Amino acid sequence: MTTSTRGAARTPAVLVLEDGRIFRGRAYGAVGETFGEAVFSTGMTGYQETLTDPSYHRQVVVMTAPHVGNTGVNDEDMESRKIWVSGYVVRDPARVPSNWRSRRTLDQELDAQGVVGISGIDTRALTRHLRERGAMRVGIFSGDAVRDDAALLARVQEAPQMKGANLSAEVATTEPYVVPAIGEKKFTVAAVDLGIKGMTPHRMAERGIEVHVLPATATVEDVYAVNPDGVFFSNGPGDPATADHPVSVMQGVLERGTPLFGICFGNQILGRALGFGTFKLKYGHRGINQPVQDRTTGKVEVTAHNHGFAVDAPLDQVSETPFGRAEVSHVCLNDNVVEGLQLLDRPAFSVQYHPEAAAGPHDAAYLFDRFVSLMEGQRA
Amino acid sequence: MPKRTDIQSVLVIGSGPIVIGQAAEFDYSGTQACRILRAEGLRVVLVNSNPATIMTDPEIADATYVEPITPEFVEKIIAKERPDALLPTLGGQTALNTAISLHEAGTLDKYGVELIGANVEAINKGEDRDLFKEVVEAVRRKIGHGESARSVICHSMDDVLAGVDTLGGYPVVVRPSFTMGGAGSGFAHDEEELRRIAGQGLTLSPTTEVLLEESILGWKEYELELMRDKHDNVVVVCSIENFDPMGVHTGDSITVAPAMTLTDREYQTLRDIGIAVIREVGVDTGGCNIQFAVNPEDGRVIVIEMNPRVSRSSALASKATGFPIAKIAAKLAVGYTLDEIPNDITQETPASFEPTLDYVVVKAPRFAFEKFPSADATLTTTMKSVGEAMAIGRNFTEAFQKALRSLEKKGSQFTFVGEPGDKDELLRDSVRPTDGRINTVMQAIRAGATPEEIFDYTKIDPWFVDQLFLIKEIADELAETPELTADLLGEAKRHGFSDTQIGEIRGLREDVVREVRHALGIRPVYKTVDTCAAEFAAKTPYFYSSYDEETEVAPREKPAVIILGSGPNRIGQGIEFDYSCVHASFALSDAGYETVMVNCNPETVSTDYDTSDRLYFEPLTLEDVLEIVHAEQQAGPVAGVVVQLGGQTPLGLSQALKDNGVPIVGTSPEAIHAAEDRGAFGRVLAEAGLPAPKHGTATTFTEAKSIADEIGYPVLVRPSYVLGGRGMEIVYDETRLEAYIAESTEISPSRPVLVDRFLDDAIEIDVDALYDGEELYLGGVMEHIEEAGIHSGDSACALPPITLGGFDIKRLRASTEGIAKGVGVRGLINIQFALAGDILYVLEANPRASRTVPFTSKATAVPLAKAAARISLGATIAELRAEGLLPANGDGGELPLDAPISVKEAVMPWSRFRDIHGRGVDTVLGPEMRSTGEVMGIDSVFGTAYAKSQAGAYGPLPTKGRAFISVANRDKRSMIFPARELVAHGFELLATSGTAEVLKRNGINATVVRKQSEGTGPNGEKTIVQLIHDGEVDLIVNTPYGTGGRLDGYDIRTAAVARSVPCLTTVQALAAAVQGIDALNRGDVSVRSLQEHAEHLTAARD
Repeated sequence: MTTSTRGAARTPAVLVLEDGRIFRGRAYGAVGETFGEAVFSTGMTGYQETLTDPSYHRQVVVMTAPHVGNTGVNDEDMESRKIWVSGYVVRDPARVPSNWRSRRTLDQELDAQGVVGISGIDTRALTRHLRERGAMRVGIFSGDAVRDDAALLARVQEAPQMKGANLSAEVATTEPYVVPAIGEKKFTVAAVDLGIKGMTPHRMAERGIEVHVLPATATVEDVYAVNPDGVFFSNGPGDPATADHPVSVMQGVLERGTPLFGICFGNQILGRALGFGTFKLKYGHRGINQPVQDRTTGKVEVTAHNHGFAVDAPLDQVSETPFGRAEVSHVCLNDNVVEGLQLLDRPAFSVQYHPEAAAGPHDAAYLFDRFVSLMEGQRA
Repeated sequence: MPKRTDIQSVLVIGSGPIVIGQAAEFDYSGTQACRILRAEGLRVVLVNSNPATIMTDPEIADATYVEPITPEFVEKIIAKERPDALLPTLGGQTALNTAISLHEAGTLDKYGVELIGANVEAINKGEDRDLFKEVVEAVRRKIGHGESARSVICHSMDDVLAGVDTLGGYPVVVRPSFTMGGAGSGFAHDEEELRRIAGQGLTLSPTTEVLLEESILGWKEYELELMRDKHDNVVVVCSIENFDPMGVHTGDSITVAPAMTLTDREYQTLRDIGIAVIREVGVDTGGCNIQFAVNPEDGRVIVIEMNPRVSRSSALASKATGFPIAKIAAKLAVGYTLDEIPNDITQETPASFEPTLDYVVVKAPRFAFEKFPSADATLTTTMKSVGEAMAIGRNFTEAFQKALRSLEKKGSQFTFVGEPGDKDELLRDSVRPTDGRINTVMQAIRAGATPEEIFDYTKIDPWFVDQLFLIKEIADELAETPELTADLLGEAKRHGFSDTQIGEIRGLREDVVREVRHALGIRPVYKTVDTCAAEFAAKTPYFYSSYDEETEVAPREKPAVIILGSGPNRIGQGIEFDYSCVHASFALSDAGYETVMVNCNPETVSTDYDTSDRLYFEPLTLEDVLEIVHAEQQAGPVAGVVVQLGGQTPLGLSQALKDNGVPIVGTSPEAIHAAEDRGAFGRVLAEAGLPAPKHGTATTFTEAKSIADEIGYPVLVRPSYVLGGRGMEIVYDETRLEAYIAESTEISPSRPVLVDRFLDDAIEIDVDALYDGEELYLGGVMEHIEEAGIHSGDSACALPPITLGGFDIKRLRASTEGIAKGVGVRGLINIQFALAGDILYVLEANPRASRTVPFTSKATAVPLAKAAARISLGATIAELRAEGLLPANGDGGELPLDAPISVKEAVMPWSRFRDIHGRGVDTVLGPEMRSTGEVMGIDSVFGTAYAKSQAGAYGPLPTKGRAFISVANRDKRSMIFPARELVAHGFELLATSGTAEVLKRNGINATVVRKQSEGTGPNGEKTIVQLIHDGEVDLIVNTPYGTGGRLDGYDIRTAAVARSVPCLTTVQALAAAVQGIDALNRGDVSVRSLQEHAEHLTAARD
């Protein structure tokens, strides 16, 4: 995917969208070429978490915040073992990072991990373009990869689409592992890794949960082999319409009535498990400032989002499903997209956004407490 | 949960006069709030003593009281209006304090007025240091983050020495307990210093107690702006990072939004603490700001303070994000929740979100130390700046350089030519924060300092330091390149370099750089401030320039008028000019134009995206304005640019704009020149047959002396080409004249000094008038209380004039018309006259909106600035009379006999400044303007109006007690009658021996008190200064003699400021005060709204 050289600050780079719009800037990170789905993220902080969020697998992320890399890269804020974005677009990368935890520059990190990026382009123009025309395929080319525009455009148009992509297996762990409870262990949770972020098991561990993280290919039997008090389905990349395996595993869990919690991709899988459809949003929700209303309390929380697909469920009525009555528990106030589901007759719920934050506000951390309550309720 | 239905009327308290630390931002907030509350169908009652505000325009509230903001007056208003609720959080500390006083006095209970927007307990928890420490501790217990600075209380030197170890070593802050104004506190960097400071502190403290506190100097400083609704929904509107580390008041710091050097984890910690604090304090509905210090070495967070109200920072945050905090605070106060309020800018998404920025905002403070030469210019935790400029760019360097040029002050932009100076010396200088330290730092970088050295000396964050290096490297490239390529020029523009800076580096003229740039096709685009980083479409055209790819300026059909604002507030050019610009925008919008506002002052109403059809938040330099005009000409027809309402800033651009082919509407640049240029104006006067005081120009002492000898002393001397009376002085003798010429650095053959005859004992008169080329509309005639020689901006005045007769008005009208016609005015003109020995001299004419336009407009109930804007675009006075914008008959020169009397009083910033020895600065008025703001007192008689103006400006005049009188010899005659009056009102007079003797000979008894120079008497008799400090004097009359340096009576006047005792420094003010005291003693002083006054006036006119 890349040929790497450092010190690429003045190396020209080109960003080509599948509809033919072109932006010219300078290489950032690794020099070479890369393809993916162009999406924009509006968070002003947390680039390290964003880059290492597996849900961004095969996406080229455009940062709307102009200054990126100011706090360098540290050894604590990674959300997974590596950078997952397939390309990175920033306007003004930092030349010198400044933070007491910083260990290296972001430029170095991107280069070391072979992530091709571009800097110095009008990221706002690009964002507006994606907002008006929707997320689309994109290529970034620098160094020897730069050719005439038509040739580059042809390559972009050959790249695979996000719709219909089944990607969980590419990002998830291949071997199960255990995140021990912090302090006294109170519960065991089986967490199906569809692209899980490191903060998620951490938030559970903080609440006395021992988390058994299982590969995306885990079966119902694998899940129950750890003797769980609750089952968790994580976030992850790709089109939920392709996630037949996790949907069937989840249906198995719902049948048994084990407390269940899903985040992001996990929410879409619950939607499908209940018989709802999913669809691709025009340009998705990616940022850490999204207003979500908890419809049970009426309260609004400011939340971290990263989703390009959403569940198609009726907002204002209780739906009958094979697992009893279900309702939309959370909704995004910007556009009324379904942001959470809950079953009324079984201990299961999910949210489309990221209560584990990282990056983002901690307003929705109470959802982990709800999960704990469900497990407590089941024991009682 | 929709609006509350149990509230029908709300009292809103404004912030009063503009003072340092409390400026135009509260007009912006208050105006927003009043409009919103009215739109919700509530009856809005407003009190604000500041006439120069949009909020006090009669159409903003239902009942507008331009009355003093004191508990006594506000109670009168409550008794009369009986509002259901009081909203105290939009008028700064003034409103909050008044509300608390009314609560404590039981007034609110008595009249059944509910405090909304904040409760008393929350206000106290936020404001009281000790209570707030408890809040922070409670927060730490709950969420595990946040703490107050560590401190220990010590009662002995042993305690102190042990305390240092407890705090973790030096440096430490020593704060003696219960001393006045923080006396005796200081920083100790080692044991020797500690022993000295703490030793002194223990002695000074009446309880032999000092507080030892860990030093957080040099830490990173952040602010969060938060909002909370009654459902406990909380959002963080904006994060702000201070470029200057801890130790400089945030109002005096260069600040940046959003925060630039925090990881998400650290930012979320601040956010968690902020939310926990707002909950713990209990701000139920509304906004607050919280300040944090973060240790750059380990991220330790200290919560410094919070303001449970709308603040200067919240105005900045509103402009920086497009999220209108005050407006939303007002909605929350009447019952809405955040999710019920739509985001104005997207219109489709709710306000219950957190704005995200795809640009960088930089605010830079504007100082006025040149007005207070004896004041210590070191920046500390006491705010000293008088205004600020904000700039927006797509990156830090662009925003930063735009902010520096927005300050519109010589030397504020970085310069890269000439020798930078000695590196070590520059580094040493950069340790002390001052106005312009940033330029010293840049010179140190040019002189070879390393980033590490800059950080070591200044503690400015390394990321910011690197940005300075980036700017410097581009300057180097610009200097070294054989020719300006499109790439390099584009890069320089993307990092905020102005054409002027590039020209300076390349040795080219600014216009040549611009030609090259345009030839290379390098022009800015305009981006939108949209709260959401382009995630949703913005409906509000709020623009900033950037050298990026795609512009967002939409085409339009209607002809546009571009109004140039007045830039950062400064002494001499403040909120009054913004008032006129906003009025022009309203009037021209009503007349069918598309209005386009250009300004860079975040405190103002003009930079509210609601005010005009389009807003360009841009510097007011020739380059920036030309580019905006170009962009708007691309978008549709442009009728012209209005330059006469924003003060000297746009006026100074008019000729250059015209030379570049920009249509200027209203008074032409040539006419402006005719009024501003001394020679040309002299010809105008000669043609109209009007006298001016004798004058001449000189470049040497010999020349000045011969002019002075010819016209006679005293003379008024001043450098040419200055504003606000800068450097102006009345010189009484040759010795002082010689010294003045020697001291003045600005005199050169091309910049001569102007020497005018000074008219002693003259009555000074200000006139505001409209002229359409045919007809004159005399807006108002203001008679100054103080005699000529005191800057008109610092002088109190009365409208209608209180001692001028019909004959005088007739002469003033004829002279004004002659000048307006001779100059060629189309719009507003302000003329200053002096009436001396029955001759009406013309002092100066300004062919623009003056500082007094809002006052005149309010006093006469006629919107002069609106009319001026219309005249600029071709309307005639006759037409405006016909359509009702101007009265059908008569004008401001012919007010009915029972018209109300309005008094304007200036407010001075003395208490803000100290000299390097920590002593106050002198308070004597002179020809150089130093006031920051003004108040208006309005009533049916002069005495009451004057008393109200004093109450609004400085606190109520005393009606009994002890008055100290000490006047210069020349004032002794005119002192007798007022002194007698004071005695008649029951005052005990105190006087120094000389004055007492004169009083005695006139049959007035006065107690002789000791002068400061005489020291304490043999039996412990106190000096006058001691008496003032001990609170034993209620009124001080002290007129100084002489000018410059330390004047007689300095200690008395500074003591008066320290103790807030009314201090009159002219006999004219004494005479007016006596009338005021008389009015107060005669009994009931009533309150009346502007709407009632206007109704009365209109009825009398017909």
